[in-house]
Amino acid sequence: MSYMDYVRTFKLPHSWCPGCGIGTIMQAIVRAFDALKWKNEDIAFITGIGCSGRMSTYINTNTMHTTHGRPLAFATGIKLARPEKHVVVVSGDGDALAIGGNHFIHAARRNIDIKLIIINNSVYGMTGGQVSPTTPQRFRTQTTPYGNIEPNFDVVKLAIAAGATFVARESVTRPRNLEKLIEKSFQHKGFSVVEAISNCHINLGRRNKLKDQITMLRWINDRIIPMNVARRKKPEEIKDKIILGIFHEDKERREYTELYDELIQWAGGDK
Amino acid sequence: MRKVVMPGNETIAHAAIAAGCRFYAGYPITPSSELAAEMSKLLPKVGGKFIQMEDEIASMAAAIGASVAGMKAMTATSGPGFSLKQEHIGLACMMEVPVVIVNVMRGGPSTGLPTHPAQGDVMQARWGTHGDHPIIALAPAFPTEIYMETIRAFNLAERFRNPVILLIDEILAHTYEVVEIPEPGEITLEERKLPPSGLNRLDFYTYNRREGDPPLLPNFFQGYNFHFESLAHDEMGFPTTDPEKVAYLARLREAKIEKHREEIWKNEEYLLEDAELVIFAYGSVARAAKEAVNRLRAEGAKVGLFRPITLWPFPEIPLKKAVGARKVLVAEMNLGQMVYEVERVLRRDVATLFKADGTPISPVEFVEKIRGEL
Repeated sequence: MSYMDYVRTFKLPHSWCPGCGIGTIMQAIVRAFDALKWKNEDIAFITGIGCSGRMSTYINTNTMHTTHGRPLAFATGIKLARPEKHVVVVSGDGDALAIGGNHFIHAARRNIDIKLIIINNSVYGMTGGQVSPTTPQRFRTQTTPYGNIEPNFDVVKLAIAAGATFVARESVTRPRNLEKLIEKSFQHKGFSVVEAISNCHINLGRRNKLKDQITMLRWINDRIIPMNVARRKKPEEIKDKIILGIFHEDKERREYTELYDELIQWAGGDK
Repeated sequence: MRKVVMPGNETIAHAAIAAGCRFYAGYPITPSSELAAEMSKLLPKVGGKFIQMEDEIASMAAAIGASVAGMKAMTATSGPGFSLKQEHIGLACMMEVPVVIVNVMRGGPSTGLPTHPAQGDVMQARWGTHGDHPIIALAPAFPTEIYMETIRAFNLAERFRNPVILLIDEILAHTYEVVEIPEPGEITLEERKLPPSGLNRLDFYTYNRREGDPPLLPNFFQGYNFHFESLAHDEMGFPTTDPEKVAYLARLREAKIEKHREEIWKNEEYLLEDAELVIFAYGSVARAAKEAVNRLRAEGAKVGLFRPITLWPFPEIPLKKAVGARKVLVAEMNLGQMVYEVERVLRRDVATLFKADGTPISPVEFVEKIRGEL
């Protein structure tokens, strides 16, 4: 087995722009599958709409390309129907946090064993570059031609507050760390969230003087700081930084489908 | 057979369990909430799963997800929730995933009349989701019929791999009546046909499929790494914009219902033989119509009733055959929806009795209307 066994090579080349971070994230995901030796047929891989949504076409498992913002809702039905299987969802910042925000917080609240990877490129890329809940303030997009005035969601804080039991952030500029982190999140029992900071130089960068991938990846690299380094810094030194690492890991809280099996016992039913 | 007193909402829940439904996702909404409550009680007892999702959209999605993973799945709602579910009803049509949607009709539009009956969603049941799509919708009118049509809804969904919409209204949902529940041996259940395991192929949308057949798609975790796609797709389920492939799969989706419409159609013809006037009515309105037919017959008036139980696909041939050149009165708890279908099929204007004020059409209203028509 190699990680390429988790890729539908016959569907390549993919549809993403040259230099897009999604490819890096996809490789981290299939490498994590391979490291854990998960069987393809035991994995459900669900995506929503947007550039991130296209990943389900290329992953060689049970896949489903659903509607905008709702992959977690479909995944919840799948996981409840077959709790023993691995259910993985990949979503974008617009998909997971705007149109799908409600499903995101409630999947976290239930602590259902779904592994969510949010590809955060801070923009709606597929539709031509509109402002998203994570577009930096002052940034120009197709729908903020004079600059964005809206504050951002902090995915990590939101996920922790909503009840996710594994919450982490990494960047496409550190692919090996990303792979290890995704692998770790896959081993967690409960709702896990990995925010993968990514680049869209085509539809965000070009409007903000970051028009090629190297410039944009450098810009990302200048803003990130690993958690262990950040700990030694003064608060004012890191106030504009994106901290990377595992922010929250709760192994005590019970997982939803496990509790559901217990509920079936309370009801006197047979599993 | 045993007799039980239940309201329609509970009847549907019990019938769904008997039909093999093992997954329900829903969201509270009047007047369908008791259906969810009953499912939350019944499902864990048979090892099934009930989940109250965060909204109507999510509950439709979760039901489809469970179905793709191999479970017979259902959701229920009412008007506003039915509107919210429409995008995913279209997704289930597109992916060809079996699922049953119950819509307990209440007064609309918008929040409308939550505690009052209506029949204003019959066109939404047909055309509520965007794009061309096949759909089946059933509208039972009597307690035991609600039970049997619920089972038929699951059978049709599984057989044709398509969403099936079960339409009742607030009156049928909340009226406690005697339901005759058949013994398990007395009902026929349709189980989902899956492709045999171990095939070295992925073209399941066309595999062994002639025009008119439903597809043989694998369930999740069956061993095929199959792709379910919301976009227009090819025979393997992968996105395509190739006009020929898009058109071919759209044709297959339409044909599977179209070709079997005579098996899907079901209607009641009551005292039509010598009738000079035929009432066209469905759901709870048809019960008032039936009572009016009896009263008018006692006066010597020759009146009959054509009651479609299958609303979609529309019973074109049975209606034409049953009515012929006779006078027709279309009665609905809306301002005129199915009447467009009746006029289309009969190619003439018909008399109408519409009401959309939150109250049912009474037998007296029928009698008065028909006296004026005869």
